[in-house]
Amino acid sequence: MTYDRRMFLKRSAGAFAATAGLVSALPARADGLAPTPSMRGGANNYFPDAPLVERIGSGGFWMTGTVRRAGDGAPLSGQRIQIWAHTTEGYESDLHSHGATLSDENGVFRLEMPQIVPAFGQPHGHLAYDSAEFETVFLRPVMRRPSDTSLEAHFVLQPV
Amino acid sequence: MWRWGLLLGLLAAPVIAAAFSPYLAWRGPVYIAAGFCGIIGMAVMPLQPVLARNVLPGLKPIRARTFHKWVGGLLLLCVMLHVAGLWLTSPPDMLDALFFRAPTLFSLWGVLAMWVIFATALLALLRRKIGLRFRHWQFAHLTLTTLAVTLTCAHAVLIEGTMETATKYLLCALCLGGLVLSWRGIRI
Repeated sequence: MTYDRRMFLKRSAGAFAATAGLVSALPARADGLAPTPSMRGGANNYFPDAPLVERIGSGGFWMTGTVRRAGDGAPLSGQRIQIWAHTTEGYESDLHSHGATLSDENGVFRLEMPQIVPAFGQPHGHLAYDSAEFETVFLRPVMRRPSDTSLEAHFVLQPV
Repeated sequence: MWRWGLLLGLLAAPVIAAAFSPYLAWRGPVYIAAGFCGIIGMAVMPLQPVLARNVLPGLKPIRARTFHKWVGGLLLLCVMLHVAGLWLTSPPDMLDALFFRAPTLFSLWGVLAMWVIFATALLALLRRKIGLRFRHWQFAHLTLTTLAVTLTCAHAVLIEGTMETATKYLLCALCLGGLVLSWRGIRI
């Protein structure tokens, strides 16, 4: 069998059509924003239903982030984010190290808490989304330097 | 005598430096003790080849061998207290480490080092029972301890904890130097 130009064009068109068909058959989420997977160890020392607080302890450190919906990336307001860490005021397993806050209309949350100090080898915090509307996600972000006074974590949530 | 003083001083340095760590202020007694058991366990490692080869003056060979066994026992005790103390401090973090699902690489190295140290102790206790020829037993012992020391250094270097950086690297260098000493003249 010989390949001439006409055959080449024909085949190329066929391959293009097949690829296009395959792509459009994938769920819409594939070309949108993927949900954030839980991180390993993220749920360690978690206590469900931490109270909504103005700030945890006497503050001085900022935990910030965003909450968006998987797929279209729309900001999600009023989502309860629970936060805890080993800080200058207590262990992760101390109840007073835990608190929760709600995301604002732009999907942004900010909670003041005591300075995070390295524990179990890394300066890190814990965050949870664990309410009914979306799949549960546990995050465990690590600070670049132990002297940092803020830490960010971002949630992309998958509707249940 | 001064050689012993120098060696013990160098080994004490990382322990003393850790005692000045600012992080101690935010830790309870059990967590602090667990950390120091880890540091002390690592700090006695370089003593072992020095005693086994009896390269420093002042010790009769039989005494050196006895000290080598005692230090080995102390190291084993340190490892067990290190793990037990961290378990009490944060059970989920220790369980993640023991089940090899922790997010941190140093947990993996630490737990592997623990198992290798247990294996080393077992092989030492069963030396007469299993009836290996000394040369073969020694090769197995050195292989295990080399693994244990290397894993322990990898474990310590990756941790942001109470150990002060310069003395941590000094201790790693002493540990690795000890490995060189322990393999010198060994025919395989």
